[in-house]
Amino acid sequence: MASMASRRSPALATLATGFVILWIIIASFPFLWTLWGSFKVQGDFFSKADWTNALWGTRTIVETGGAFTTNGYSGAWIEQEFWRATMNTFIVVFFTVIISLTFGTLGGYALARSGFRYAFWLLMIALVFRAMPHITLVSGYLLPFFEWNVWGHLPTSIIVLVAINQPFTLWMLHSFFLNIPKDLDESAMVDGCTRFQAFRHVIIPVMWPGVVTTGLFSFLLAYNDFAVTAMLLSQENQTMIPKIASFLGSTFEEGNVMFAVAAVVSAAAPLFVLILFFQRQIVSGLTAGAVKG
Amino acid sequence: MPHKTFFWFIFPSLAAMFLFIALPIVSVAFQSLYIEHEQVLIEVENCGPFGCETETVVDNEATAAIRQAEPLGRFNGLGTYFDRGHLATAEISEAWSTRESFSGFLSEVMNLPFYRALAFTLTYTFVCTPILILLGLAVALGVNGLPKAFKGPTIFVSLLPMIITPLIGSLILFWMIDAEGIFGKTLQVIFDDPELSLKASPALTWITLIVYGIWSSTPFAFVVFYAGLQTVPEDTLEAAMVDGASRWERIRYVVIPHLMPLVVFITLIQLMDNFRVFEPIIGFSAQANASSLSSIIFDDLRGDIARFNSAAATSMLTIIGVAILLTPVLIRTWRDFNRKRA
Repeated sequence: MASMASRRSPALATLATGFVILWIIIASFPFLWTLWGSFKVQGDFFSKADWTNALWGTRTIVETGGAFTTNGYSGAWIEQEFWRATMNTFIVVFFTVIISLTFGTLGGYALARSGFRYAFWLLMIALVFRAMPHITLVSGYLLPFFEWNVWGHLPTSIIVLVAINQPFTLWMLHSFFLNIPKDLDESAMVDGCTRFQAFRHVIIPVMWPGVVTTGLFSFLLAYNDFAVTAMLLSQENQTMIPKIASFLGSTFEEGNVMFAVAAVVSAAAPLFVLILFFQRQIVSGLTAGAVKG
Repeated sequence: MPHKTFFWFIFPSLAAMFLFIALPIVSVAFQSLYIEHEQVLIEVENCGPFGCETETVVDNEATAAIRQAEPLGRFNGLGTYFDRGHLATAEISEAWSTRESFSGFLSEVMNLPFYRALAFTLTYTFVCTPILILLGLAVALGVNGLPKAFKGPTIFVSLLPMIITPLIGSLILFWMIDAEGIFGKTLQVIFDDPELSLKASPALTWITLIVYGIWSSTPFAFVVFYAGLQTVPEDTLEAAMVDGASRWERIRYVVIPHLMPLVVFITLIQLMDNFRVFEPIIGFSAQANASSLSSIIFDDLRGDIARFNSAAATSMLTIIGVAILLTPVLIRTWRDFNRKRA
């Protein structure tokens, strides 16, 4: 479908392609470099002598006998117990996504079907809440949570993350439910269903694409969170991201940085898989809000 | 939908937001009016071989007891807001009356923690946002012209900097710009300065953080623009071409007006997100040279003694900042809403 209007001169096409290639390098090189470097020793990853050492692993061969080493990974996962943080992350993320979506679908559906003015106001308030820096809310939680002895536990941060996630989930699902024709559930109600039965039997079967997309973003919010989990979880309940931050805080011993590098690569891996499988949903989710205005 | 049904549907979501977003704001407001108890001082008489002398020491036990009994501290009114760590009104008027030059006054002000953080937060927000919008548009136009087979993988790679956890993304770049990392080393060679370090001066740190901000948010602008480009009316483009419009003129007068609503959308989202810049400062260990409103709250809470009241006052000031930032948007949406109803 190369129409007349989209044809370009060869010089322009070369320029545009060159620009895109440059962008691809800028976007991906840091990840490839860190992935490669995570299998080296610190002397290569931070090379005092020659940067090509990081490519060939000169120091790595001297220190470990091979060009690749998994010392960073075993140090992080076993010695520093990164597996524990991974499990905590899994628990937090799983429950945050499930609860957010349950609350969000109910609320989003109600907002999409109510014609009253207060529905609009609720959406506006949600927009203001969405803009709130998370750390300002955290400073509101800390003292009460200490007093009530709920600080440090996983359920506390799950419910906090669910709440922080609600404004976004509501907006997204609300605009998604607006796309499902009103006639669908209204005809079910004419046939004698209550509102909830109509929701249960008519809307739920057709809402999954929107829920999956929203779920992805809830996942990202919970997985990527640092402010809430770093402040609200005790040492033994730490999730991955605060754990990585605490690797850095510990003294700069030789090799300790490589633990952090390995942990960073480990924590980034699930995100790569996520984009690989859900690229289309992520793109459509990012644009959903935009197209609606 | 009847009010009652609506209420039950929205109740869980509303309850969560009320308890964990609205109430914490009240809690922050409340905390900011208090200040931690002063240390309890007692006079002790020390009698030695050369006579007795009285000495004032801190009664740690009593201090701990009173702090335990009233963790909120004592009432301080708006005092915390105007102290040196926040609005610092006294210091500013002092600096203004003794100023020798305006730049001297500015540098005095920039030594105050709150204004330093505010300056960085605003610079970051208003430098990153326009640049990443332009860059995102350029990438979107470039990718749109690629053969179909390359589009998918390009979009995959482009999403990485945005999807990656901010702390992880900033750490990855932080290791690369280290004086012994690949970028840091390359810069030393280019500028022929073996002492060059991006972490050394505030200006370089600011630039590094802003570059990170652009790197991590350009994909968002790119994806939104790319989706918008798919809906540009082909007929209009061809009509413009028949009328003799050059390629640049077609972009300027057809494509960009079509994408304008998206620019507004991206600007709104990015202003909100950039205003709460936080993780990069932790990832780049940049607290010494750059701090944002969020990061000074974090430092207050994370210090040896958590300074809840100081953090709360900064939080309130930040929330006011967010409100100011959002006002134009809210007014606009309100007008749109009324127009639709009318």
